[in-house]
Amino acid sequence: MRRAALAGVLLAACLPCAAPAADTIVIGGKIFTESYVLGEMAAQTIEAASSEPVTRKLGMGSTGILFEALKSGAIDVYPDYTGTLAEAILKKPDLKSIEDIRQALKPMGLTISDSLGFNDTYALAVKEDFAEKHNLHSIGDLIPLEAGLRAGFSYEFMDRKDGYPGLVDSYHLNFSPQNVSRMEHSLSYQAIDQNAVELIDVYSTDAKIKKLNLQLLKDDHNYFPVYQAVWVARTSFVTQHPREWQALLALQGRISAEAMLDMNAQADIQKMPFAKIAARFLGSALPNSPGWLREVVHRTKEHLWLVGVSLLFSVLVGIPLGVTAVRFQAWGQAILLSSALIQTVPSLALLCFLIPVFGVGTKPALAALCLYSLLPVVLNTFTGIRAVNPVHVENARAFGLNPRQVLLRVVLPLASPTLLAGIKTATIVSIGTATLAALVGAGGYGAPIVSGLALNDVPTILTGAIPAALMALVAHGLFEVLGLVLIPAGLRRRP
Amino acid sequence: MLELQNISKTFEDRTVLSDVNLMVPKGATHALIGSSGSGKTTLLRITLGLIPFDKGYVKINDQALLSFTQVEWADRIGYVPQDGGLFPHISGRNNVALIAKLRGWRRARIDDRVEELRKVVDLDPEILSRFPREMSGGQKQRVSIMRAAMMDPAVMLLDEPMAALDPLIRRSLQQELKSIFQRLGKTVLLVTHDLGEAVYLAEQMTMLHEGRVVQSGTPRELLLHPANPFVSQFINAQRTLSDSGEVR
Repeated sequence: MRRAALAGVLLAACLPCAAPAADTIVIGGKIFTESYVLGEMAAQTIEAASSEPVTRKLGMGSTGILFEALKSGAIDVYPDYTGTLAEAILKKPDLKSIEDIRQALKPMGLTISDSLGFNDTYALAVKEDFAEKHNLHSIGDLIPLEAGLRAGFSYEFMDRKDGYPGLVDSYHLNFSPQNVSRMEHSLSYQAIDQNAVELIDVYSTDAKIKKLNLQLLKDDHNYFPVYQAVWVARTSFVTQHPREWQALLALQGRISAEAMLDMNAQADIQKMPFAKIAARFLGSALPNSPGWLREVVHRTKEHLWLVGVSLLFSVLVGIPLGVTAVRFQAWGQAILLSSALIQTVPSLALLCFLIPVFGVGTKPALAALCLYSLLPVVLNTFTGIRAVNPVHVENARAFGLNPRQVLLRVVLPLASPTLLAGIKTATIVSIGTATLAALVGAGGYGAPIVSGLALNDVPTILTGAIPAALMALVAHGLFEVLGLVLIPAGLRRRP
Repeated sequence: MLELQNISKTFEDRTVLSDVNLMVPKGATHALIGSSGSGKTTLLRITLGLIPFDKGYVKINDQALLSFTQVEWADRIGYVPQDGGLFPHISGRNNVALIAKLRGWRRARIDDRVEELRKVVDLDPEILSRFPREMSGGQKQRVSIMRAAMMDPAVMLLDEPMAALDPLIRRSLQQELKSIFQRLGKTVLLVTHDLGEAVYLAEQMTMLHEGRVVQSGTPRELLLHPANPFVSQFINAQRTLSDSGEVR
């Protein structure tokens, strides 16, 4: 009993309260440079125009996540593009004008601003020297090279109708499938720079076009749709915060393509912080940055909360499930199989499945982490109990222990080394997996990792990756200590 | 007094025990002897209340097993499993005190009882604070006897108490056991395949073969007047194996 209480206290100590503050204006953003810059700009604009506190949830993964977040009220505003809204959200690629799109969004309780002033469309890019060598000017010029050309396209580009599938139709391109790789967008620049691929998809205002000496291929067929940058907001936000919305509307038509490309370059090439870039453009004062130490402390709290809660869940649910699995054969197989199946669902996919149920933010991240940390605990509970010598169980009954006492006094203590190993595995896996939580706006060490990836900025990535690794080390040590407390002395290895 | 009357047990189609009778008077030591497969382990598990039986009854001091729950029955019969059967994760003392603790005994009462039993089995106090893996075979047996006697049961049931011990220790522990039984003054049922052990420790014995009692009586009766060829075969085989039989 004393041991259980001690373990409870230790666990509770791992769970500092990190619940997000309510009643703030939440700005979302996607996981690429331009979206970070625009998101930061929106945040600073509102901060300048109003006294309402602003929360930034920038770098939240793909369009689907952002859109669910907006609908569910987890965020209030985010920057997006007309083409994306028409294609990926409304599924009506023929909607071209901003007014048409605005009308179509209305029934969903959403609205958009007018264009912020630039068109950031998809484009295909090759290296300048490659273009020169093969005399490439437009997309149609790729046809003679199509058989041997190696391409690296982003996931979104590959899957959108107005992306790759429509492109090859429109230009009658016949790339050989084994030469077309799907990759994370920020990595495709690295791939083309290192000559791993010759052709990539880019956004036309991307700073890396300049940095890596890429040449855009002309879209002769006007295949790529128009991607005017706009603010997307919930209608209820617009009516409840008219002043803030007006402030955002003041940016309509003010950001030119060159200005945007410059700002992207400042972020990607000069590694200038997003807040500073936005402040320069807006001519406003730089908001107080929290300083890296406070940032790390803040992220640590978020991360601990994610790991701690999911761990508590996996212990409170996983151990009983494991015990059930031992007791009831048929159920046991079902339980083991389903917890193993969960493990095979890729984490990003699982997060996407959970968004319709839990919305965006900490909840879906916690749900995903809970599910992932279940298997090691269930499996080790099952294996640990099964490995207990049945003679001890029968003896315990013969001595007059009731079934509960047999479980608590004999079976679980004897299985405790295996059980604890399962919880430890779950914890360490959780610390790693929790970095993905940033993609649904749950923060944690994943936030700097994600924004660092977007910027291809290794130091930023490391401010998330190193603390995460340290946390795993600390967890490892903590479990060694916990082992001394929880594993009965008679079972411990002698020093 | 321990009484088994007409005990029968079938597993699926296989008859394991049929009409087994066995009576141990109060304070006596009785050996249940038989080779492996004779049904003696099944009879032991039935006596402990661990598995149901088809026919007959088990009584301790005229109270039937079936009128008690498993937990209540356990307090009437102290069990010493093969090789001691101590729980490896707790110390000797905690093994002995486990049931008393679960029954809510006060600390002082537990300590007094443990000390009393420690003297009966003549164990060094330091041994009790060791974990089972740190004890010798004989020490484990003594701790296990203390555990079985802790709740002061009417009957003690020992399963092959010497099987895992080497011959030298066996001899000395046999003598030790005999005096422990005398000091405890309990009704004892000893399950064994070792004739010498049975002869040395028990006043009466029952030989089980293929689920039936083939002969009951004093060791002398079994040795001098074997009831059938199996009994004499069993006796002769063991006599040539070891010389430990001490005929009274």
